[in-house]
Amino acid sequence: MAELCGVIGIGQTRYAAKRGDLSIAGLVREAALRALEDAGLEWKDIDAIVIGKAPDMFEGVMMPELYLADALGAVGKPILRVHTAGSVGGATAIVAASLVQAKIHERVLTVSFEKQSESNAMWALSLKQPFQVHVNAGAGGYFAPHIREYIHRSKAPDNIGILVAYKDRLNALKNPYAHLQIPGVTPEQIEQSPMLWEPIRFLESCPSSDGACAMVLADERNAERSGRSVAWVRGTAMRSEPTMFAGRDEVNPRAGRDCARDLYAQAGITDPRRDFDMAEIYVPFSWFEPMWLENLGFAEEGTGWKMVESGATMLDGDMPVNCSGGVLSSNAIGASGMVRFAEAAIQVRGDAGEHQIDGARLALGHAYGGGSQFFSMWAVSSEKP
Amino acid sequence: MTEKLPDKIETIITPISLEYEYTPGTASTIFLRGMKQGRILGQRCPVSGAVYVPPRGSSPTHGVPTEGEIEVSDHGTLRSFTVVHLPIPGSEVSPPFVAAIILLDGADQTCLHVVSGCEPSEVRMGMRLRAVWKNRADWDYSFENIRYFEPSGEPDVPIESFRRESSA
Repeated sequence: MAELCGVIGIGQTRYAAKRGDLSIAGLVREAALRALEDAGLEWKDIDAIVIGKAPDMFEGVMMPELYLADALGAVGKPILRVHTAGSVGGATAIVAASLVQAKIHERVLTVSFEKQSESNAMWALSLKQPFQVHVNAGAGGYFAPHIREYIHRSKAPDNIGILVAYKDRLNALKNPYAHLQIPGVTPEQIEQSPMLWEPIRFLESCPSSDGACAMVLADERNAERSGRSVAWVRGTAMRSEPTMFAGRDEVNPRAGRDCARDLYAQAGITDPRRDFDMAEIYVPFSWFEPMWLENLGFAEEGTGWKMVESGATMLDGDMPVNCSGGVLSSNAIGASGMVRFAEAAIQVRGDAGEHQIDGARLALGHAYGGGSQFFSMWAVSSEKP
Repeated sequence: MTEKLPDKIETIITPISLEYEYTPGTASTIFLRGMKQGRILGQRCPVSGAVYVPPRGSSPTHGVPTEGEIEVSDHGTLRSFTVVHLPIPGSEVSPPFVAAIILLDGADQTCLHVVSGCEPSEVRMGMRLRAVWKNRADWDYSFENIRYFEPSGEPDVPIESFRRESSA
């Protein structure tokens, strides 16, 4: 029987295009200190640190975890780095949780970050490869054809992406940490923003952000005596699949479906739309909301867009998605997955302030990365298993 | 010097270059030698039978070496695409351009290439395409020997036939 694991502290930095006031070390420390303060703990109370970030090319600093040990109070303690591309923030939290669940450590600090202003993250992974054609037009260029295929398959109206972006941009106005905040934003403004990679418009895309997110995870005894509200981990799952293989369905990847099925079995979830009170889903381009709603089983295949159109995923809908404003509003890539996991935990702890879903008890945190090939998910609840 | 310097210098751009010798390995060597001769060569997964172009030497679904030298056509079908309106740094292609997922006839793995020779507004899923090669004298050991794909004029392929199976 695995040990229980609960989230007892959460810390985020303000996400911004450029945090010129902080080094990378200062950025992760700001999030970590806030998580410790939230947990009512000090550095000496932490047994181990698990850190994650997206590819090192994004800052041009190789293996930054080595020099960040000082800033994270990790000297003389185990520190572990996790790599799973854009899903890394979620995978990092899952590795940290597993150290508690396996009774290896009692209290683990987990942190993830990106400081995209240090380099050119948009193009860092789109360099010309030897003897290949050079048509990699960034993440949007990679995902846009998959979105087109989704629209064709599902016969979704053209405006669904705009509805998702509008919702997330409204939600961001209620989240003081969100990077992109556009007061008075309108659907027309989103529709009229420049087309970058058809059918993806500028305001249907995520920004490039600096930021970090941290959590303190504890075993049952330490969680209960913390005196803090606890988000209990009810299940964790990771799956991956190759970027390219014959017959691959990039629109509705099998790895994502398998990952969700595993998670739901652990958490006793039979109908995700009914059972979850809210979900934080990794949506870097608007259309991925309906695509992942289907992949995650919230909607039948081909009908995710109808949930969006009906308003079900809005703050006052029956299945609110990305109440924080989501990746569309803040994207410090390495942190983004952990922010989804943390925002789910914040909701069930009742700490979300203006973007709180009243009475949220069970929430989903979801992350994906690479070419829609790495998936990590967790379910957290205010109720102890 | 009268140029005014900024008060605070936070970032500087310092281009660097690296020269290296590239060892492509067995599977890529087959592909690149084929390119030099104007042929598109792939390899087959011995378990699923799927033909991979360019081959990477192993089957992503079955974890076994891919085999043989399978020549595929330089005609194919456009599976999906995007019209890119941003310039790619360091690329010769200027926006707007069409980046397309293409399935060559005889291959089971899609590849990414540029579609040109028509207006972006004419490009559609299911469109038939053919490769436009560089002049023979300019052929190198590179996929870039194909400059782009253009409409071949053949009838479109029904999009419904694209339906993919993750279990393939």
